[in-house]
Amino acid sequence: MAQMTNVDRDRVEEVKTRLESYWQANIRIITILLIIWFAVAYVPPLFVNQLNQIVIAGFPLGYYMGSQGSLIVFVLEIFFYAWYMNKLDEDYGLVGIKR
Amino acid sequence: MTVTTKDAFRQKLVRSYGIFTGGFIVFTIVLLLLELFLGLPTAFIGWCFLLLTMGLYAVIGIISRTKILDEYYVAGRSVPGIFNGMATGADWMSAASFISMAGSLWLLGYDGLAYIMGWTGGYVLLALLFAPYIRKFGQYTIPDFVGARFGGNKARVVAAIAAIIVSFTYVTAQVTGVGVIMSRFVGVDYTWGVVIGLSGVLVCSFLGGMKAVTWTQVAQYIILIIAYLVPVIFLSIKLTGFPIPELSYGQALTNIQRLEQEQGIAKSYVTPYNEPMSNKSAVDSAKQIGLTPPEPKSIFPQGTGMPWEFMALTFCLMVGTAGLPHILIRFYTVPSVRESRTSVGWALFFIFLLYFTAPAYAAFSRWEILQNVVGQQVATLPSWAANWAKTGLLGITDLTTLEGADMTKLPAWASAKVASGDLVISDGNGDGIVQVAELSGKATEAPTATDGILQFPELDISADLIVLSTPEIAGLPYTIAALVAAGGLAAALSTADGLLVVIASAVAHDVFYRTLRPNASAETRMRLGKAMVLVAAACAALAAVPRLALIVQMVAWAFSLAAASFFPVVMTGIFWRRANGPGAIAGMIGGLAVTIFYMVMNYINPEFNVLGISHLSAGIFGVPVNFALIYVVSKLTAEPSAEMQHLVDTLRHPQEDDELMEQLLQKPMPSPAPASK
Repeated sequence: MAQMTNVDRDRVEEVKTRLESYWQANIRIITILLIIWFAVAYVPPLFVNQLNQIVIAGFPLGYYMGSQGSLIVFVLEIFFYAWYMNKLDEDYGLVGIKR
Repeated sequence: MTVTTKDAFRQKLVRSYGIFTGGFIVFTIVLLLLELFLGLPTAFIGWCFLLLTMGLYAVIGIISRTKILDEYYVAGRSVPGIFNGMATGADWMSAASFISMAGSLWLLGYDGLAYIMGWTGGYVLLALLFAPYIRKFGQYTIPDFVGARFGGNKARVVAAIAAIIVSFTYVTAQVTGVGVIMSRFVGVDYTWGVVIGLSGVLVCSFLGGMKAVTWTQVAQYIILIIAYLVPVIFLSIKLTGFPIPELSYGQALTNIQRLEQEQGIAKSYVTPYNEPMSNKSAVDSAKQIGLTPPEPKSIFPQGTGMPWEFMALTFCLMVGTAGLPHILIRFYTVPSVRESRTSVGWALFFIFLLYFTAPAYAAFSRWEILQNVVGQQVATLPSWAANWAKTGLLGITDLTTLEGADMTKLPAWASAKVASGDLVISDGNGDGIVQVAELSGKATEAPTATDGILQFPELDISADLIVLSTPEIAGLPYTIAALVAAGGLAAALSTADGLLVVIASAVAHDVFYRTLRPNASAETRMRLGKAMVLVAAACAALAAVPRLALIVQMVAWAFSLAAASFFPVVMTGIFWRRANGPGAIAGMIGGLAVTIFYMVMNYINPEFNVLGISHLSAGIFGVPVNFALIYVVSKLTAEPSAEMQHLVDTLRHPQEDDELMEQLLQKPMPSPAPASK
């Protein structure tokens, strides 16, 4: 890229803004998922006794959230993020290049 | 690798591990039948499992030997995401997860769930904040990242030292676990167990480094998960008639609450914050190997705990998990950034299989014990309880069990009561044998003390009992108990493997090659790497043989230490361009200093505390201090060089940078910009 024409320069600018907006989209989804993560991990422990009043299939809900419920959400969140980001890569034309 | 060879490689892996799994199941069934019909001796079955599994790991280790640095340190970056997930699972789940965690849940009730949530929730942080960027960075170690990002050997060496401290305490605990399992199931001496176990670890990691470790860990994951699930599935069928324990233990929880009420047990299993947070499981495992660590202390009166203690512990475990070097380096080994994202998902899924089963183990076992052990005549306990009472894992502290005991050989709980003056034994007839009539003192005053019926408080349960006794409670043959031991061994060995690689590469790669001798040839680096694996293993053995109480305690602290040192540095390194070297060094040292200070002060004197948070969660103070120092010191010192900021930019998108601009220029945006998505 020794001699850039104006057209090239515009393209470079376009790519820069594209990468910037890709990063912003990434930050946005990370923030949303971290809020869910926080809500699932740190809110139920405050209300265990109240949640325990609800019993489903023998499981008091408060105990269930700590032992299984939050874990299921964690697994789903990670797979969702992987799917979302891999799709975002494609939307922004960031795949198909080696490695 | 081209797409077709990659697919062929994947298929070959699926086929090999499929055959491996099938073969292992057949082997177990054959042994089971031989035991049932020919009555094989139990020691023989134990040895069969030991030799077979260790032999398998050795074969995989030898097949995977390598002389290529990329393979030795990062398995050639060719591990498919799902297999890396299994390897990460085995790397992560230690002897403690496998054997003691269900027991901790039994003992702690709801409060124990901090470990379940903490050790899984950390993977969300890993997936969102670290794994793809670590893969994009694509070097060998975590100090590599810290060194490259924060420009210099100072930051690298500080990180290498932190990695060695965290990994070494952890590996020593694994080696201790191996010794305990070996001595219990094949009857060898503890020290010999340590030596045999370590040679098993070395066969893998010495010749093949990360490549051999990865493929062994996949096999070890398969063995450990089979071993964990089989006994509890049968127990679930026996108790509820339904073969999926994770769904059916609700029934156990209901019955536990009913029995608790009937028996007047005040602290309910599902009610939170019954006790101050403590390191009970660490203390228990320490006792088991013959140590006497200080009892957990708290400023709160017995019987109260606080939600924020629970949350602080969960937080430290989560952040620490994401900061542990031996887990982070696993994400160097996948082929691409895309693959690294799904790989974390698989890793957590495979870990989840064990962690969401652990509460089922605990609940079934508690149900069984409340139903069939508590409230029964001590003389007529179920046979499994009587058997495990002999091993000392199930302590029955009813005074009538002392009848006929030798005065000089009292059980530990009785000696403790005598020492504290609660129990007085006046050997009236001078025969050296205890009779219940000879007992007096405060311990005998309770109306139920000498009625011969087992009360709930008269049970003293070791955290290891729950998983180990389940095959017997479910009425399964000894082969299944040996299978469980093989699983525990796989869990301990696989974690030790991964840790040795971290320690060896911190010394050979980060300190020697990167810092001292940047001109060293590939052969020299390889030779030094291998030598360091040996040295680290030898040091771990030396540290494990004396069974120091400090080691057990330090493992409980490893998470807070990892949280306070690595997490903020790696995170700001990726997400904040302005973070610089002096900031990172100040952050790591300051975070560690605050954490260690709080730990030591609170451990020595529980009166020293903030909001009653225990030394286990000391990282909760170190993490913000680390972040604050990075921010302030970075702002006060020069902005990182343009080169460094460029490195941060390249981390943030999944492509190779050199080609990026050119290729992107030829590839216009595929669709209208999805910016508002």
